[in-house]
Amino acid sequence: MAGVIALEHVSKRFGDRVALDDVGFEVRSGRLTGFVGGNGAGKTTAMRILMGVLTADSGQVLIDGRPLDGATRRGFGYMPEERGLYPKMKVLEHLAYLARLHGYDDQAARQRAQALLERLGLAARANDPVDALSLGNQQRAQIAAALVHDPEVLVLDEPFSGLDPIAVDAVVAVLKERAAGGVPVLFSSHQLDVVERLCDDLVIIAGGTIRAAGEREELRAQFSTSRFELSASDLGWLRAEPGVTVVDLTDGEVVFDADEATAQRVLGSALDRGPVARFAPVTPSLAEIFREVMADSQEVRA
Amino acid sequence: MSATSFPVRSTSPRPPRPTVVRLVTLVARREILAHVRTRSFWVSTAILLALVLGGILASSFLGEKIGQPPKVAAVPEVVAHVEAVGLTYVEVPDQVAAERAVRDKTVGAAVLLGADGALVVVGLDAWPTTVAQTLAVLPKMQTLEPVKTDEGMRFLVSIAFGIVFAMAAVTFGMTIAQNTVTEKQTRVVEILLSAVPTRALLAGKVIGNSVLALGQTTAIAAVAVLGLVVTQRDALLGQIGAPVAWFVLFFAVGFVLLASMFAASAALVSRQEDLSAVVQPVTWLVMTPYLLVVFFNSNPMVLTVMSYVPFSAPVGMPVRLFLGEASWWEPLLSLVVLVASTVLVVGVGARVYERSVLRMGTRVRLGEALRAR
Repeated sequence: MAGVIALEHVSKRFGDRVALDDVGFEVRSGRLTGFVGGNGAGKTTAMRILMGVLTADSGQVLIDGRPLDGATRRGFGYMPEERGLYPKMKVLEHLAYLARLHGYDDQAARQRAQALLERLGLAARANDPVDALSLGNQQRAQIAAALVHDPEVLVLDEPFSGLDPIAVDAVVAVLKERAAGGVPVLFSSHQLDVVERLCDDLVIIAGGTIRAAGEREELRAQFSTSRFELSASDLGWLRAEPGVTVVDLTDGEVVFDADEATAQRVLGSALDRGPVARFAPVTPSLAEIFREVMADSQEVRA
Repeated sequence: MSATSFPVRSTSPRPPRPTVVRLVTLVARREILAHVRTRSFWVSTAILLALVLGGILASSFLGEKIGQPPKVAAVPEVVAHVEAVGLTYVEVPDQVAAERAVRDKTVGAAVLLGADGALVVVGLDAWPTTVAQTLAVLPKMQTLEPVKTDEGMRFLVSIAFGIVFAMAAVTFGMTIAQNTVTEKQTRVVEILLSAVPTRALLAGKVIGNSVLALGQTTAIAAVAVLGLVVTQRDALLGQIGAPVAWFVLFFAVGFVLLASMFAASAALVSRQEDLSAVVQPVTWLVMTPYLLVVFFNSNPMVLTVMSYVPFSAPVGMPVRLFLGEASWWEPLLSLVVLVASTVLVVGVGARVYERSVLRMGTRVRLGEALRAR
């Protein structure tokens, strides 16, 4: 079973454009790693290099510390950014064909394909040609194609785009099961709410460089060190408090930046003045972290 | 198996990686099935076979009819003569009646007796050659060497080999080329190559389409032989049997060579729209033997060169064998040349394919794909 997949110091240029600049991150066994970034940030390029579809100008891809070779990659499951299946082939047959290429005999290949289609709610379309399916269903077929051979590592480029919420749930369930089985899973997505709900680890990329990477909760903590919210009846005095920057003050509720000690002192003062309804550090949502990282990276570029 | 019992987690061990032979077989099988399941394949094959059989039957039928002299009108003085050479005739009383019959087109020509006592054959507006030849007294003929194939047959057979080669090679070569681009365009190639080594994928595609091309060519050869048997042209059959067998053998090797060139060329582009430009050189290479054989089938020098150049040998050598212009060892030597160049070209083709098939976007330059990394 694969352990850790790592990109180390990976750089790639396309002509004058730097697509990836010294990119490094890890995808750990049994964890869902969300790969987030804006359009053209370098997600797809990094995933293609991981899969060996593209060669890096420098840097390397490692599996458990060893360079990743073609033979090892053959155990991976991959969903490319641009969807690709034979348009005229029947869905079930196509999936069974891919399973056979991974070593399953004819019967096992068909059974796996059939079962996976049922899991993804596509069994009714099993004998339709791929190009007769709606885009959402083609998407499900594509995900099935990446999963049908019980891959040792999963690399999925935008697996959720174009899926309705029910399909998203079905795919999320399957991916979680794979991860629980010890498979490292890397997926990119624009849908930050899905990433937030699903991923254990997070990699944020912008402008070809990694801006943030780590466990989701760690990142949240990292981006939430200094912000607190406080609900009480009288809050106007807070503006004059030293070491406090008020971000937002509405009737009975304030959001402010301060270090931990100052915040505790503020809480004490507030309790002296009257009852406190709520006091908590503000945990940023993934979308907020993402925006913050993006804003930083734009400053860097400008 | 119900959905819930599906082992999503790898509770059961994964199967061992398939061997390269198994992978190549799987890819080839898919290529063949994808092709034979289309209606157009069966329709075009049926039309092709019908044309071949029809052509042979028609040529046999027409050949008999055109060679035969028409019915003639004969005046009483010449009836004995006309009957002696076996012409079909109607007896007419005099020259006037004979000429009227020619004008009415109830006969093809009239046979009269001239003032000098010699026979006169009268046609309407064309020389009545066949009748005249039938009535003529020819000297006896002999040859020192065995009789060579006559011009018409030489032309027909050469063109037949040329057409069958060019058609089968272009049809199935383009199938490979289109499949290669489809795989690139839909990116299915990225998924395939995450399971299969590049060379195994290429080998499977080439072998699958070669089986199809060879199958169709063998079917054409079989139908041609059948046609000759049915029309009882045993002499021609004896002459053409061995060249046809050699043709199938040469084609089998030659197509592998061409197929790898088609695949490598197609791998350079990412869109169907760009395909025709990039496969054009290969298409010309396939059409050249056909054009050469049409224009130079009576030029032994050109045919000899053709029969050794790998791209045209599948046409050139069988034609020379049919014409009796090649010694027994020549097809063997040519086959060795062909096999050697096929090995070489497949090697280069695989290299180009390997370096280009994952490069999306603009066309990959050939030199770039060939250059060592």
